[in-house]
Amino acid sequence: MIGSLVSTGASTVTEFISQNIFGLDDPNWFMYLLCGVIAAVLVLHVIAVGALFFIWAERKIAGRIQDRLGPTRVGGKFGWLQTLADGVKLIAKEDFIPRDADAPLFKIAPYIAFAASFAAFLALPFADGAVAHHVNTAVFFVLAVLGLEVFGVILAGYASGSKWSLFGAMREAAQVVSYEVPLGMCVVIPVFVAGTMNLTTIGEMQAGWFNNWLVFHDPFTFIAAIVYFTCATASVNRAPFDLAEAESELVAGFHTEYSGLRWSFFFMAEYGSMFLVSALASILFFGGWHPPIPIDIWILEAFADPDLVAAGPLKDAVPSLVTFLVMLIGIATLVAKSVIGVVVMMWVRWTFPRLRIDQVMATCLKYCVPIAAVCFVGSMTWETLDLPSMNTINRYEIHEDWSEDLAVSTVGEDGVDPEWPEDENDDESSEVMDGEEAPIEEDSVAVQNGLSLQEGE
Amino acid sequence: MSTKVDDPRVIEFDVRTDEMLINMGPQHPSTHGVLRLILRTDGEIVSEVEPHLGYLHRCAEKIGENLTPRQWVPYTDRMDYLAGMNMNLGWALVVEKLLEHDLPEKARHLRVIISEMGRIASHLVGMGAYGLDLGTFSPFLYAFREREKILDLFEKACGARLTYSYLTPGGATGDLPPGWVDECRDFLAQFKPCIPEFHELLTNNQIFIGRTAGIGVMSAATAINYGCTGPVLRGSGVPYDLRFNGEERYTEMYEGYQFDVIVQDPETGKYPDPHLEEFGDDLDYPEIPKEAILGDCWHRFYVRMLEVVQAIRLVEQALDKYESASGDWGQPIKLTQKLPKGEAYLETEAPRGQMGFYLVSTGDSIPWRVRARSSCFCNLSVTSELCRGTLLADVPAIVGSLDVVMGEIDR
Amino acid sequence: MSDLVSQLKERFGDGIVDVNAETIDDWIEVTPDVLLDVCEFLAGDSAIKLDMLNCITAVDYLHTDPKKAAKADFDPHMQVVYHLSSIEHKHTLVLKVKVDRWKNGEEGSLPEVPSVAGIWRTADWHEREVYDLSGVLFTGHPNMKRILCPDDWVGYPLRKDYEMPLEYHGIRGR
Repeated sequence: MIGSLVSTGASTVTEFISQNIFGLDDPNWFMYLLCGVIAAVLVLHVIAVGALFFIWAERKIAGRIQDRLGPTRVGGKFGWLQTLADGVKLIAKEDFIPRDADAPLFKIAPYIAFAASFAAFLALPFADGAVAHHVNTAVFFVLAVLGLEVFGVILAGYASGSKWSLFGAMREAAQVVSYEVPLGMCVVIPVFVAGTMNLTTIGEMQAGWFNNWLVFHDPFTFIAAIVYFTCATASVNRAPFDLAEAESELVAGFHTEYSGLRWSFFFMAEYGSMFLVSALASILFFGGWHPPIPIDIWILEAFADPDLVAAGPLKDAVPSLVTFLVMLIGIATLVAKSVIGVVVMMWVRWTFPRLRIDQVMATCLKYCVPIAAVCFVGSMTWETLDLPSMNTINRYEIHEDWSEDLAVSTVGEDGVDPEWPEDENDDESSEVMDGEEAPIEEDSVAVQNGLSLQEGE
Repeated sequence: MSTKVDDPRVIEFDVRTDEMLINMGPQHPSTHGVLRLILRTDGEIVSEVEPHLGYLHRCAEKIGENLTPRQWVPYTDRMDYLAGMNMNLGWALVVEKLLEHDLPEKARHLRVIISEMGRIASHLVGMGAYGLDLGTFSPFLYAFREREKILDLFEKACGARLTYSYLTPGGATGDLPPGWVDECRDFLAQFKPCIPEFHELLTNNQIFIGRTAGIGVMSAATAINYGCTGPVLRGSGVPYDLRFNGEERYTEMYEGYQFDVIVQDPETGKYPDPHLEEFGDDLDYPEIPKEAILGDCWHRFYVRMLEVVQAIRLVEQALDKYESASGDWGQPIKLTQKLPKGEAYLETEAPRGQMGFYLVSTGDSIPWRVRARSSCFCNLSVTSELCRGTLLADVPAIVGSLDVVMGEIDR
Repeated sequence: MSDLVSQLKERFGDGIVDVNAETIDDWIEVTPDVLLDVCEFLAGDSAIKLDMLNCITAVDYLHTDPKKAAKADFDPHMQVVYHLSSIEHKHTLVLKVKVDRWKNGEEGSLPEVPSVAGIWRTADWHEREVYDLSGVLFTGHPNMKRILCPDDWVGYPLRKDYEMPLEYHGIRGR
């Protein structure tokens, strides 16, 4: 039922703005541009404010872990404006480029790193409908774009003209490329359990109580979630995998020669990526924007006009106050879950020593990849054999809703009954699903959309 | 455009791989001050390490030829600035040896208290800084939290927190202030439960073990041949501690004290009994991990950690003895005391190894020649041997496990 | 001590110049020629086994003040002092070598002492330090370079007649 809100993406907003503000029937290019700018600015603020908050939080958390106070003065209590003060200091610093540096590349590198981190946010849904751009292969997009961050780091290392930077860059390249493999495997697991690469849909499937989260789908997804978090920590270069900037070995690694604002862009990219992988973890494994207790569903059921909800997609209407409220709750939940992920990363960073490069590689190749592979096969088997699961939600219902909304059919996943009633209750549908095993139907449209994972028979 | 073959720009199109020379330090986060290492690396693998010293050379020996022994005491502080008290002690003892000056009993115990507290303070930095070298910041601050309390005690005793100049030839500059002994006991009682914390944060940590066990293995023969002393030597399994094996003038300070030389028993493969009955059940000693090889970084670190416990034992005994001892704290010798003609050499067991002072006098009040035998100087010389063929990240791990202080090396 | 001395005298004869058992630290003085052999013997003999070289010191005996020099009870010379100890037997020994301040009396040519770095690796750095600060050349040393002072430093600071250079790379010396 919440799946019906999926389609309130940018296009709807574009239409809304063009119809109501500019009085145009069809949005023209300017409308799209305008909406794009609005979305970009919003996402940019998520990163900037996020970095502002996370740097402060990191200092505070590190301080508390280390038996000290952390910042206490700037901005009155708790030093909450400390990052802003730091930012002002960084802006005021000399923009220094070493003599041996390759100046154009040196200048562009931090922006590439930042842009990669920023661009990945575009496809990240913060709640049902709260997404800058609705991409139906969002998982793929986010991972691919996030992987581009390494280019900025390599460029920075290469262009700095310092051997320490080069070391850092090479380490980053080796490490990130290696960790993409288990990371990708872990991400594929929820993708095929959900049967879609659309992050919004994956998130919607986990509505309800927390036992609907994909992490509780079967033991393998549970392990996969842990492996995913480990690999995500490694791929965003956080301790104990922060070899690219290992300060005790490589001075500061790839950003040794950077200072001021350029350096802070690397910092923002790092915190942006941290938030992003945590948010991705929340959506893929930890219920996305759904609170552990289904408050959002209760609110919808209690206050929303049943007709409105039942009517399905809100294609041409302003989201009602209730759906807006639910969306806000969703955003808050997702942000809270992501913050928990980031805090765990900080906690690990301030507790553990750093691994050595060969140990990092061994962790990836000897542990993460095999475990992820086993989880992949195990989870696939679980799903195919339809073994009992804590998840009670029927993913096909939402799946179909969503596909209908977007006017593309994605039927053809394993065991989909084409005659499945659309208004079936979650819990009941699960029981029914457990009971019957429908024959597979390959739909040509689904194949075209690339959404049909070759699972099942 | 004409390019000759030896044009440096041609190299841009050359894809051969080459060894790379990297300059590590003197401004590098993990070189413990101003050590400079020239690394020759093939990718991550280090094929050669050449230490360059002298960035903190302050001509202490030359200055010593122009000052009386008591005037030179502050210069000893600045050698191993993390264990200034132990440096003072070494110098005081060698001057007393030349003067054949004997101490009252109370001064003896006072020196044990102070120098063993200095050892704890120094090993705490060694431990914390080693954590830093391996990329973890928190143990450093935990260690400094405790060290600060020792420094507070030192401040009460002598007024300084880093460069104490407290133990001087003849005794000390003053007695311990009233109440100091009780405060020291309180500190020890509070400090003892912290040791398992450190073990949990580092010694037992799987990543820490992975980073240190089996890295930088130094055989006993190598350690002796390079003149390594202190925890570095004992970490290689050589039972040699000057508090037992040193000169009588030094060992008599420790007469009647119960403590162990921290060294692995070659037969049982265990370290001396942790004396649980003395410390209560809180003190939980980690098992030696199976990856660890005698003489590696892990053992050197572990020896330091266990020495802290022995130092606590010593201080506890010394506090009791100090309270019941007769005599005064030892009046310092006169500022311009005439030195007899002759020479004296004495080594003491400083936290980082054997700190020796050599004093040559021609019968003046100013020494003819002063020489400081630095423990870290010898300990560091083994770096190039240990680092050959290791990974780049092991270099800070190995140098950190030697626990060098550049002030002492460069003097 | 006396056993050792008689043993050494038997082996090296005139190489053992002087023995002093009266002072605080007893010492044996040998000539530079036999130093290497003596050291090899001391380090290798299982009964003596001085396996650790604690320290090498060079002491410059010279009064720069002519008045004091007239009254001095020594001729200007350079002494290299080796402090040895045995881990196994827990005993120590002081070995001394006396050399001229300048080789053959020519100002600027350094006196030479054979290097013991082949016996104790400790000597490697210690001899470099002595060379750096006191100006004694150790023949046969693998890497006879300055260690504490910069490579282009002029003079040997721990010599009594050393004068600080007026300037070093534009930095005022005195």
